[in-house]
Amino acid sequence: MTTTGDSPGATSPATDGEAEDIILSTEGITKRFGAVVALRGVDMHLRRGEVLGLVGDNGAGKSTFVKIVTGFQRQDAGRIFVEREEVDFHSVTDARRAGIETVYQDLALVPQLTVYENLFLNRELTGLGRLGWLSRPKMRRLATEYLHDIRVSVPDIDAEVELLSGGQRQAIAVARATRQNAKILLLDEPLAAMGAKESTLIIDLVKDLSVNRGVSMIVIDHNYTHLFELCDRINVIQEGRVTVDTRVADTSIEELTELMVAEYRRQVREGQALLRA
Amino acid sequence: MAQATVASEGSSPDAPARPDRAGQGRAPSSLLVRLVQRREATVVIVTLGVVIYFALRTSTFYSVANLITMAQYTSSIAIIGSGEVLLLVLAEIDLSAGQMYLTAPWIVYLLWADGVPVGWAIVAALACSLAVGLINGFVTVWLGVSSLIVTLGTNYALFGLVLVESNAIQQNMPGTTGEFGILFGVGSWSVGLWALGIGIAIWVLLTRTRFGTHVTATGGNTLAAAEAGIPVRRVKVWCFMIIAVAAGMSGILDSIRIASLNPGNSGLDIVLPGIVAAVIGGTALTGGRGTVLGTLIGAIFLGVLEDGFNLIGVSANWFFLVEGVVILLAMAVNTQLGSLAARTRR
Repeated sequence: MTTTGDSPGATSPATDGEAEDIILSTEGITKRFGAVVALRGVDMHLRRGEVLGLVGDNGAGKSTFVKIVTGFQRQDAGRIFVEREEVDFHSVTDARRAGIETVYQDLALVPQLTVYENLFLNRELTGLGRLGWLSRPKMRRLATEYLHDIRVSVPDIDAEVELLSGGQRQAIAVARATRQNAKILLLDEPLAAMGAKESTLIIDLVKDLSVNRGVSMIVIDHNYTHLFELCDRINVIQEGRVTVDTRVADTSIEELTELMVAEYRRQVREGQALLRA
Repeated sequence: MAQATVASEGSSPDAPARPDRAGQGRAPSSLLVRLVQRREATVVIVTLGVVIYFALRTSTFYSVANLITMAQYTSSIAIIGSGEVLLLVLAEIDLSAGQMYLTAPWIVYLLWADGVPVGWAIVAALACSLAVGLINGFVTVWLGVSSLIVTLGTNYALFGLVLVESNAIQQNMPGTTGEFGILFGVGSWSVGLWALGIGIAIWVLLTRTRFGTHVTATGGNTLAAAEAGIPVRRVKVWCFMIIAVAAGMSGILDSIRIASLNPGNSGLDIVLPGIVAAVIGGTALTGGRGTVLGTLIGAIFLGVLEDGFNLIGVSANWFFLVEGVVILLAMAVNTQLGSLAARTRR
């Protein structure tokens, strides 16, 4: 948190190599499933407070990479660093302990519980010793304060989540993750199936968390428009490795598409050459 | 009616103070709308209906003796129904609870016949109930068999066990004498108060404790609950154990009350009214939502119905016909009110 002030500054110059605040990085992550090589050495880094977009076609290795970083699966080779310390994830719990959390829009919340109950899910505040008596007023108050802090407005803290819109649900899922001290959030298609007003809610929340709270995020999405709205930087994954690493400010959707197509052409040519040989 | 009114006002005392709420374009809801929004609304209305009907038809309906009889009819339905709420919230069901109700007093009898003091025999029978709950939960959760089938299996297994051991011969239940007997079923209000106590305990468990939130979370979105670190399997197994021990206790109480054991009875006839009470009380079969309060009122409804038919001298054959029609009507009204409530809330 001490670096919150200078992290946006650190990301705006386009240069690498300076004393940057890298919160997450990977080196040569590889993964194969039988004969299929899913990842062939992924090198990636994420700065503190940065929003990094991850694009790639289905089967490019995007989701395998995300599963490895969040502890669902283990890499065959390669290293992961969190705040420059090497980590070894054997489970989702390990990754979560290191501050890495995935947020799913609809999977994360219990529709029949209220906003504040969802925010405190499995972290409920209790009184009366070990009896597990819920301290509802305290949970309500803290939930209201926290949502106010991160400028998320919901109609009613006592409303069941079922009655909220998709955007509000997404915001609450994100809020829960950050409230539980997640430093690195992975957002899976956070703007999927949302109207303009809803999208604005999430875009504002993501910007606020990254700029004011130094939360770093990786956004996985197919939709370039969404990625350009949300992200500071974009990495393209093709055929199991990062082929493009560019700042959003330095590129355009057209340019990114061209780069990807050029890469595919190159890979196809390589493949044909291999077949001929 | 008064109860439901107070509760619905109590749930949102500061609604006008929240500008956000008004900002969402909600119409200020009338008392009537807020009343029907409560899940217990239908069951309160139909219960009041039958109470008024029987009170007008008979002169003895409000007599103390009859109130006691109704409490006795209601007790096992209320206890088993409250336990079923936990399972229905988890989107599970326990069909063996009725057979547990019949098996537990049989275990008490067998141990007592072998010279074990009744008090200890009851403790042992409840421990056996817990074990049956554990088996139900374990097979459902770890072997992934539907609880409908698992508990149907346990139901028949227990039924067979009791038949083999007893040859379906009726026996006298021990423990009916003295203060012990009065406390455990013989006293006029004993079974009614036990049902109230167990019902309130499960209601508190579900709505006021961390465990209850975890039950709702597990039933509402198992994946999210597990993702948040809730031990969803353990939560489910605990609920199977809670209903088994509650049903066993209810059976022991009723056997002591009537001072006899009837091992030839079918457990399904006992568990189904409990499930009916839970469902007409407003508990969803699809999981995530349940109300113990509604279930207790549903149990009273079934108790009043049975008692009322006895009072006005209608043949027991008519009872099932009317019960069936009332269940269908109540459920139809419930579903309609439910969608009305959903529309007005949005």
